[in-house]
Amino acid sequence: MSAVTFTGNSVMDIDAAKVRGAGSNVYFDKVSVAYGTHVVLHPLTLDIAPGEILAMIGPSGSGKTTALRAVAGFVRPASGRIRIGATDVTDLPPYERGLGMVVQNYALFPHMRVEDNVAFGLRAQGADKPLIGERVKDALATVGMATFARRYPRELSGGQQQRVAIARALAVRPRVLLLDEPLSALDAQIRRNMVEEIARLHRSLPGLTILYVTHDQTEALTLADKIAIMRDGRVCSHGPTTELYRRPPNRFTAEFLGRANLLPVTVVEGAGPKGFATARHGDVVLTGAGRDERAGDKSLLCIRPQHLSLTADSEHTNRIVGTLREVHWQGELTHLVLDVGGTPVRVSATKLPTALPEPGARVPLFFAPTDTSLLPEDAGV
Amino acid sequence: MLVWSRPGRIVLWMLFALIFGVLFLAPLAVILLSSLADQWNGVLPRGLTTAHYADVARGAAWNSVKASLITGFAASALALVSGTWAALSLRLQGPALKRLLGLLFFIPSAVPSVSVGLGLLVAFSHPPLLLNGTIAIVMISHFVLISAFTFGNVSAGLARLSPDFEQVASSLGARPAYRLWHVTLPLLAPYLVAAFGLSFALSMGELGATVMVYPPGWVTLPVSIFSLTDRGDIFAGAALTMILVAATLILLLGLERVTKRATGA
Repeated sequence: MSAVTFTGNSVMDIDAAKVRGAGSNVYFDKVSVAYGTHVVLHPLTLDIAPGEILAMIGPSGSGKTTALRAVAGFVRPASGRIRIGATDVTDLPPYERGLGMVVQNYALFPHMRVEDNVAFGLRAQGADKPLIGERVKDALATVGMATFARRYPRELSGGQQQRVAIARALAVRPRVLLLDEPLSALDAQIRRNMVEEIARLHRSLPGLTILYVTHDQTEALTLADKIAIMRDGRVCSHGPTTELYRRPPNRFTAEFLGRANLLPVTVVEGAGPKGFATARHGDVVLTGAGRDERAGDKSLLCIRPQHLSLTADSEHTNRIVGTLREVHWQGELTHLVLDVGGTPVRVSATKLPTALPEPGARVPLFFAPTDTSLLPEDAGV
Repeated sequence: MLVWSRPGRIVLWMLFALIFGVLFLAPLAVILLSSLADQWNGVLPRGLTTAHYADVARGAAWNSVKASLITGFAASALALVSGTWAALSLRLQGPALKRLLGLLFFIPSAVPSVSVGLGLLVAFSHPPLLLNGTIAIVMISHFVLISAFTFGNVSAGLARLSPDFEQVASSLGARPAYRLWHVTLPLLAPYLVAAFGLSFALSMGELGATVMVYPPGWVTLPVSIFSLTDRGDIFAGAALTMILVAATLILLLGLERVTKRATGA
């Protein structure tokens, strides 16, 4: 099977099956982790399907890295079991779990050349020399680093080092690849490229299960099939990436994933057959995608900044008016902050009217019901 | 640079030269001149000679060099192994136990070396632990005095070592022994070499405990120097001191080269 592989500037065909691990599911069965009396991960039940990329995102201290470290075997769960495929790995030492791991600072062994770093896992597992040679070559080709095999890590850039770290993890053909904030140490431009390259890598290795821990929502949205949003040691939402983005189940998810605007509204009429409910914000009646709200319920209308427009079109049937407070020009995007009935509302616009209103002006905003969703106001998780 | 003004920098350099010259260079220069002095009655020696070196070389100097080098190597190697072992083991303990055992390890370095020698002399003077009059008791005394420094050096190295290296190695399938040999110890190499160098230098200059326990036939350089100067043979003592300095320097420079080559620094 030929595949387009993970290269920076060039595209090469290689046999992707050569570096593909047999993907397994990862199952957290009520896994909790505590340091003394301090619980850092509350009982977590989560299933990552074979070949799936699950991104765990959340603020610092939310428990996402702890969950990953529990899979890796570096923290012992206080309760619960972890299964990888059919194997209960809860009591297995890290070196018997069949994983690959990539960490933020690459952790390439500085005293070994690139090829020896990549061969490390295979040598540690006692693989034959010819097999090691073949796997190292394939793994380095997969990440576009074949010509750097004889270099030392200190002779590589940050992006190149991270590619080698990924090759090292892939060379052992892991059942699951654990990526712990793998791009955090890179600058913005390289990070963007690497996200695209990891996406390309996974397309060439579709069987590989990946647990990707990050605090960067862009990485999660770009790469993940599913996202688990962590907060205070708990999963506060989990689901397919697009679903979670379009229909966030609670305030935290809406705000953390894409910084949504949340207008407080009172439901006038629950969702009809087409799935749309009407709700009142001040004097204005708005239409939005509903769930199971009933008339009179206090709710939040979630609207993404990029879905608000300063100009109306046929689909933008909702209209609110706000007072312009701030304008931030950022090249391709302009960010506006308005006050809508006491609620700050952010607008991200690529196109603006020629005559931009001055701060203090009353500005109408338009948006489509299909770009909104209602979520319960009291869902504080 | 902390000081920007030119006069300020000149003053600082002069201060440095004064401190370095008076405290470090002057004593060494005096010893070097003494080792080469024909006679020294005034401010400076009168006449230079290498006769003192020839004299000590004809005497027991070579045996002293050999005794010091072997003692230094053996005690330092033993201290390196045990200090590394202790540092690696303590890393796995809880903070309270780690602090307590860490402190205990440092106790011998806070005790006067003469007392350590006396303690060993008393402790090992009866069967089944009868070591008095053996080379082993010299080695042990040096080991006791220097092991705290190796432990301290290796512990500092371990504290600076990111746990990511070992964890990634484990996740790739490396068992603890393989990980230790191929990852942890190579990453610690600069600290291990520094620890060995410091231990060796301390051992080469050790006198207090050695003078209490050394057996006939195993007279280390510091003991020889002490004996010569005690007898009033200052010039021969100075010559032997320079041999001690040279032997230690050669070894330390060699170790530095090995470290540079190993780490690619």
